[in-house]
Amino acid sequence: MRETPESLVVDPGLDETIKKLTPEKIQTVVEHVLTKENAARLKVYSDTCVHCGLCAEACQTYISRDKDPYYSPVAKVKNTLWELVKNKGRVPPESIRDMSRIVFTECAVCRRCSMYCPFGIDIAYLLLVVRRICSLLGVVPAYLQDTTNSHAATMNQMWVQQDEWIDTLQWQEEEAQAEIPSCRIPLEKEGAEVMYSVIAPEPKILAQLLGNISQIMTVAGIDWTMPATDGWDNSNMAMYSGDFEVMGRVERLHWETAARLKVKKVVMGECGHAFRGAVYDGPRWLGWKFPPIPMVHAIEFYYDLLKSGRIKVREKYKKSVTVQDPCNTVRGRGLGNKLRYVVNELCESFIDVDPRLEHNYCCMAGGGTINCGPPWKRSRMVSNRVKAEQIEATGADVVITPCHNCHSGIEDIVGFYKLKKHVKFISEIMVEVMEIPDSLKA
Amino acid sequence: MFCKDSWDWQPDRKVVADLSRLRSSYAGIEEFAASPDGRVLAALVKTEDDQFTVWANGQEWPDKFELAWCLRFSPSGKLIVLVRIDDEWTVAADGKSWQERFEYAWDPLFGNDGLVVGIKYKRENLYGIAIEDKVWEKSFNGLRDFCLSPDGLRAAATVQVKALREADIFGFFEGVWSVAVDGKAWDKQYINAWNPVFNADGNTVAAEVRTDICDYTIARDNEPWDSRYGCVWAPVFHPRDNSVIAAVRNQGSWMLYRNNEPFWQGRYNQMWNQRLSSDGSRVAAIVSPDFGKWTIAVDDRPWPKLFSDMVLAPVFSPDGQRVAAIVKDGGRWTVAVDGVPFKESFEMIWDPVFSPSGQQMLAMAENSGRFVILANGRKYHKQFQKLWNPVFSPDGKNVLLKYIEDDKYCRQVVPVEELLG
Repeated sequence: MRETPESLVVDPGLDETIKKLTPEKIQTVVEHVLTKENAARLKVYSDTCVHCGLCAEACQTYISRDKDPYYSPVAKVKNTLWELVKNKGRVPPESIRDMSRIVFTECAVCRRCSMYCPFGIDIAYLLLVVRRICSLLGVVPAYLQDTTNSHAATMNQMWVQQDEWIDTLQWQEEEAQAEIPSCRIPLEKEGAEVMYSVIAPEPKILAQLLGNISQIMTVAGIDWTMPATDGWDNSNMAMYSGDFEVMGRVERLHWETAARLKVKKVVMGECGHAFRGAVYDGPRWLGWKFPPIPMVHAIEFYYDLLKSGRIKVREKYKKSVTVQDPCNTVRGRGLGNKLRYVVNELCESFIDVDPRLEHNYCCMAGGGTINCGPPWKRSRMVSNRVKAEQIEATGADVVITPCHNCHSGIEDIVGFYKLKKHVKFISEIMVEVMEIPDSLKA
Repeated sequence: MFCKDSWDWQPDRKVVADLSRLRSSYAGIEEFAASPDGRVLAALVKTEDDQFTVWANGQEWPDKFELAWCLRFSPSGKLIVLVRIDDEWTVAADGKSWQERFEYAWDPLFGNDGLVVGIKYKRENLYGIAIEDKVWEKSFNGLRDFCLSPDGLRAAATVQVKALREADIFGFFEGVWSVAVDGKAWDKQYINAWNPVFNADGNTVAAEVRTDICDYTIARDNEPWDSRYGCVWAPVFHPRDNSVIAAVRNQGSWMLYRNNEPFWQGRYNQMWNQRLSSDGSRVAAIVSPDFGKWTIAVDDRPWPKLFSDMVLAPVFSPDGQRVAAIVKDGGRWTVAVDGVPFKESFEMIWDPVFSPSGQQMLAMAENSGRFVILANGRKYHKQFQKLWNPVFSPDGKNVLLKYIEDDKYCRQVVPVEELLG
């Protein structure tokens, strides 16, 4: 395996954990994953791939690193999964370390490459198979593993204690009431129309978003609730670390909480990977073809509120804006045009990105990459120079990112490449520009 | 639930509270709670001085609170609420606050008789359980899942017994979680522990535990089962012989195990929420015989009818002969009894309630914001603005309905025959 600056990054989740590996253990785990967990799909993809390399042009890490073939999707598969298959799992621990670095930090499993593959092979899935192997071997970047551990212990991704969760909601209810006196965050309201679920960074570091949604729900007249129990966090980094048992446990609790509260649908905040976990990967691992209760992403929810007139705009946002298309909701779900409708309704000057919609570049923060933490930040930044160039070319003042990973990832890029842009969620602009009926004013 | 014999079961309708009058009296009114016997309607209200108190049948509690939430009636009719006084939290029950004060208090649970309430608390950044104003002697770095014994006198919880440094993945995998019973943690520690449960007598506890990255099992009173599984779900105790029954994933399929031995022979795509009849002679569980298809299996025999969306926990009739469950198919909810779903489906439906004999069954359902009662699957002709789950009289001849209609809260006893039509 070629030595790169990233091979020298120190991460105890990789460096220390491989010391406990034995050849037998590696072989057993690889064989189990390849033959018991993934046999059919993996074989179809392996037999179909003609190694043409057309996937390369899709990948932001390849493009951003001056088209170095080492960073092309096909090379990432070749250097990881194909090695394991070819050697029937007989690889040394040091190889597992390198593979773990590649699959966790140099691929955001954004699935843009599948659109460039003539056969539509889900190349990200192939790298997720390697992540699963690494997870079972315990070789996962430490910060990402810690996030998974948090999911396992607390059912949320940021070690939020149960009292902190409820206390934060009560605090944000009071904050919202300072703007609109009748605002509430109704806890445990059985039979509400909507359960609103969020990801853990909201109560932990972005609590104002909870106050914002209280204002939006109040103005729109939505009958809603939030759980006061575990099950409120819709995020799932275990899905990306390869710990599917923890992933399933988190998703089961989320859906059983919605069923317990007797809601007709779940509306989720602005997060992309959480949508994937709650709508696709989680339910399917558990045995559901679809989420057992409809889930509506914030983009769709805001679209419906604006389209139906439940939210009216008082005065459009003045600064020029552009958008980041979250991979899991735009490429994965096709919400790109609804996102643009929302942005155009709220903002005076929208400048689209190029490429856009499902062809937009990944933020290189999703897929668990940003959760790999500070040791890998520089690598992420180098891997997404093309995103910085793309945003800069719009000339917009603000980047709207309806996804937490995109939001943090774009903020990192703005800082690293000194872009002089602000990054905002839709809800931050919505509360600023929406009309508050006189009947609700203080 | 208790002393139901002493409730007024004479068929009659009483208007207990006029809500339009109430709404004009307060700055804010939160969700209503109805007492089990239907005689009391209560709500948290915000007073003009921006404080909270409890309103019940037109009377305010004398005390006001800085903040209050989680107003609930216990099965015996005790009315409790979590309140903040001088920036500290406690429980107020029937208007009287506990002496103990906490940094935070939440998640109240009741014993089966409804006389005892327990809560989780945080104090000086440590966590514990308090039952009826008595706190655990020892508190812990973390505390998540919690249960009370059936009599409410004992508590068990999953607890974090050692603090971890930030992102200490190695310490985490050494195991810092355990189960504490009445404040004393089991000696053994695990990577994770979830869903502790007491047996019927309240003298033994079982829980799910994780012993390695992908090794799971059931532990009982500090002793894990000998075998390890790819995953497990919450255990339950047999009510008579105290054996522990849990779904485990074995070689890619889910099976029901009893004391670490196969109990059912069936292998399922998924299985959870097993329930036992009151005498323990029958077991029912939610199963998925095939991907995307769900049903109830009773004694390892799945109902032939499968449902696409969701199936909720099975409910046994008191005699254990019948099983009902909420099912969702094609986006609509209904109830299936012994494998046969009602003809009509709804936007939402609540857990079915069997009569004491098990012969009749009621369920509450909702369409477009209007609530209805289903009696043996047949819709009662009246609709309601809001409804609480119906209650059978002890002799099974009458049903207590608690509802709001025309903004009036009513308590009505209706003969079962009238509901059945």
